[in-house]
Amino acid sequence: MGFLDIRNVTKSYGNVEVLHHVDITVEESEFLVLVGPSGCGKSTLLNMIAGLEAISSGEIAIKGRVVNNVHASKRNIAMVFQSYALYPNMTVGQNMTFGLEMHGVPKPERERALADVAKLLQIDHLVDRKPGQLSGGQRQRVAMGRALVRNPDVFLFDEPLSNLDAKLRVDMRTEIKKLHQKLRTTIVYVTHDQIEAMTLSTRIAVMNKGYVQQLGTPKEIYDTPANIFVATFMGSPAMNILPARVVVEGGRPHARIADAEGVARLLPFSQANLAGWEGREILLGIRPEAITDPEGADRKSANIVPLTNRVSVTEPAGSDTYVTMTLSGKDVIARMRADASVEPGQVFDFAVNMEKAVAFDPQTEERIKA
Amino acid sequence: MAAVAQDTAVSTGRVTRVFIYLVLLLFALFYLLPLYVMGINSVKPLSEITGGNMMALPQVWTLAPWASAWSTAQIGVEPTGLKPYFLNSILMVVPAVAISSIVGALNGYILTKWRFRGDTWVFGLMLFSCFIPFQIVLIPMAVVLGKLGLAGSVPGLILVHVVYGIGFTTLYFRNYYAAFPTELIRAAQIDGAGFFRIFWRILLPVSGPIAVVSVIWQFTNIWNDFLFGASFGGTSQPMTVALNNLVQSSTGVKEYNVHFAGAILAALPTLFVYIVAGRYFVRGLMAGSVKG
Amino acid sequence: MAASSAVDFRTRLQDWLPKLVLAPSFAVTLLFVYGFILFTIFLSFTGSKMLPRFTWVGFENYEKLWALPAWHTAIVNIAIFASLYIVICTAIGLMLAIFLDQKIRGEGMLRPIYLYPMALSFIVTGTAWKWFLDPGIGLQHVMRQWGWESFTFTWIKDSDMAIYTIVLAAVWQTSGFVMAMFLAGLRGIDNEILKAAQIDGASNWQLYRRIVIPLLRPAFLSAFVILSHLAIKSYDLVVALTGGGPGRATEMPATFMYSYTFTRNQMGIGASSAVIMLMTIAAIMVPYLYAELKEKK
Repeated sequence: MGFLDIRNVTKSYGNVEVLHHVDITVEESEFLVLVGPSGCGKSTLLNMIAGLEAISSGEIAIKGRVVNNVHASKRNIAMVFQSYALYPNMTVGQNMTFGLEMHGVPKPERERALADVAKLLQIDHLVDRKPGQLSGGQRQRVAMGRALVRNPDVFLFDEPLSNLDAKLRVDMRTEIKKLHQKLRTTIVYVTHDQIEAMTLSTRIAVMNKGYVQQLGTPKEIYDTPANIFVATFMGSPAMNILPARVVVEGGRPHARIADAEGVARLLPFSQANLAGWEGREILLGIRPEAITDPEGADRKSANIVPLTNRVSVTEPAGSDTYVTMTLSGKDVIARMRADASVEPGQVFDFAVNMEKAVAFDPQTEERIKA
Repeated sequence: MAAVAQDTAVSTGRVTRVFIYLVLLLFALFYLLPLYVMGINSVKPLSEITGGNMMALPQVWTLAPWASAWSTAQIGVEPTGLKPYFLNSILMVVPAVAISSIVGALNGYILTKWRFRGDTWVFGLMLFSCFIPFQIVLIPMAVVLGKLGLAGSVPGLILVHVVYGIGFTTLYFRNYYAAFPTELIRAAQIDGAGFFRIFWRILLPVSGPIAVVSVIWQFTNIWNDFLFGASFGGTSQPMTVALNNLVQSSTGVKEYNVHFAGAILAALPTLFVYIVAGRYFVRGLMAGSVKG
Repeated sequence: MAASSAVDFRTRLQDWLPKLVLAPSFAVTLLFVYGFILFTIFLSFTGSKMLPRFTWVGFENYEKLWALPAWHTAIVNIAIFASLYIVICTAIGLMLAIFLDQKIRGEGMLRPIYLYPMALSFIVTGTAWKWFLDPGIGLQHVMRQWGWESFTFTWIKDSDMAIYTIVLAAVWQTSGFVMAMFLAGLRGIDNEILKAAQIDGASNWQLYRRIVIPLLRPAFLSAFVILSHLAIKSYDLVVALTGGGPGRATEMPATFMYSYTFTRNQMGIGASSAVIMLMTIAAIMVPYLYAELKEKK
């Protein structure tokens, strides 16, 4: 039994099931991120944990207490909303202590809690202002402060950074991470931004169409995606997926692909146990950063394979240069060092790190497990 | 392009503009004329009206018509002036406006923030009731008021106006609260606030503008109502009915100046509201027309 | 572990509270609006005279109603009144709104002047216009005093023309409001659309006819709905301005219903006329409200 248990939970509206048999156990001090495209059911799941939406079947338990029928205010949770949901008519201080007041906490105690949290978040100079007078980042802090003051068992975050501009979003991300490392609170965090998911979480649940596609640490999710959806959703630019045929040469499985001119190329797999797949079609997954210029290749990798191919487009992005080429009839993106000299139309020598390559079953789209 | 600096894209020539100003001024005169005629003739002796020119300024200024309209003019059979009826109207309007606005606020809150299956139907049925021709309810209303012992009384009129006013007040508050983020309600729920506490502490403090709209609309409508007042007023007739009785009385000399003074008296409260809070008055009219 | 399977009392109360609070309003609406409508419909099929009587007479009241010359007058009058009132109000309202939207100096002064009649009751409006149009002291009298001896304006005393005085007074009262509706619509149009049309070479006239007026469609619809419902309900204005006269020349369904029910003691016929009024308004309002509410969902 974990700190927060989601056991076989489903959600239906009428006859339509929007969330199917979700099972997740969250341990104390864990930072779980629910990530997925809009409509995947992540916010619904969060609202069910919060008690804002009824659970159609299954159970949710916090610290071993089943909370299916417990009102939101009695679950000892706190929530940070996308729009911050600050009460416009109250000052920052009143906003932050409203929950304590509703729970009958005496005033001196409320004041003390407010002072502590305001100091922690560096908003002590704002407590007498109204939300309307605050900047986006300040509102965000107040919304977090309101949650912190409650000292809840579980913090719920519903896309808290999506209303901030790009720079502020990165700053606040770091801030949240610092806060979590300092306070060791248990957090469930919903986002559609895979970078937020990767950077913040201790574990990620990737969701799509009401199913949890994969639950694991950021590294597991990134390196060994369970299926093509997870592989392409996590990571930017997305993982390249191209058709390939498995051939065995020298007792080792290779992926046979075609270069831009249609000439067959062989890329040896590192460890994948693909014996049963000999002669069959698979989908080969290679992340852009696994295709580089030879100088930029990972020196720790034991399986760097040279690949010569024609460049179709180059996109210098400052820190890196992205190169598009054609492999097996698909556009494939490679990531070069910024100063790699590569021109469109040029035939270039790439280095492919096949240690990082994954193979998918084209029928089920599941990863072929090594 | 000559009109680059203008922020409206339409530019007009000089001749057109003169024409436009002319038309706009003519219509301003058209709208002001009756008010001018009423005002100017309410401070003239009667002889100046019948013998003189309606448009001319008075040669002798007098407030006697106003005094007469207020306290001595013959209304129906009693020479009471409009004063008691003005009081009736006040006694009727104040509670009716207050009750219907409060109920409308609660209804709007429920219909937007505590939605349930079929809530749109409930709202639709309440909304349609704003638009029925009230002739369709006159007969049963008379029967019911009689049965309740409220016929011809101020409480009876209050009941009628509340019943047929909550459709509009509900509409106002519903549209206003619909724009209020539902996440705030959820945050308050997690904070532990219940149904009434959320309304009282979170929604009501930001409802000022729409409350003003609702109060003004209800005030204007109820003050100006004639049909219900004439049908169910009995001995507690409101101002509009009394004014009509004053003007239509067929006995004696027609005291036009008194009639005009009476008409202005009947119009004063709503005109006052319009002048003080015209912005809200217009907004109420709009909200009542562009539903949704 | 103690699994609290039963919903606690407070939570359950919270679930029911909204419906409990809404219930009285809804019940009152059902009874006083829809119950009363049913009752009136029922009465229209009975032989009620001065008091409600429950003797079923079928469609007799409706047959009688449609045979009455007074009802015919009322129907013709409402047709004339409603169509003129709606068309003229819309035309004036649209024109004033477009003119006011030309960066007019003094717009802030003019707008309230156009709108204030809406704050007055129909009774006050009727009283004002009654005397203004009265040949003995009003416009005709003034014109003759100013030297136009042959000027004649006796519409309010003329059975054929009196209905138009009601149109005049009603237009005076409501056209400013229609102006405000159109003005709001105009102000809501994206200026970039207008700029694009000008760059495309549209003249002012073409701009309004081809771009702006079509974009005002929702405002036209709202104006039509509001004006038609005001027109059919018009009772006070007729009472104050002409009292239904001269003779019965300006009888309208609203005044007809009132006099047959309460002064002529023909409650059954009065009820049947009210039912016809309701059906007319419902035919306009129900589709409109249905569309508005469905969009919102």
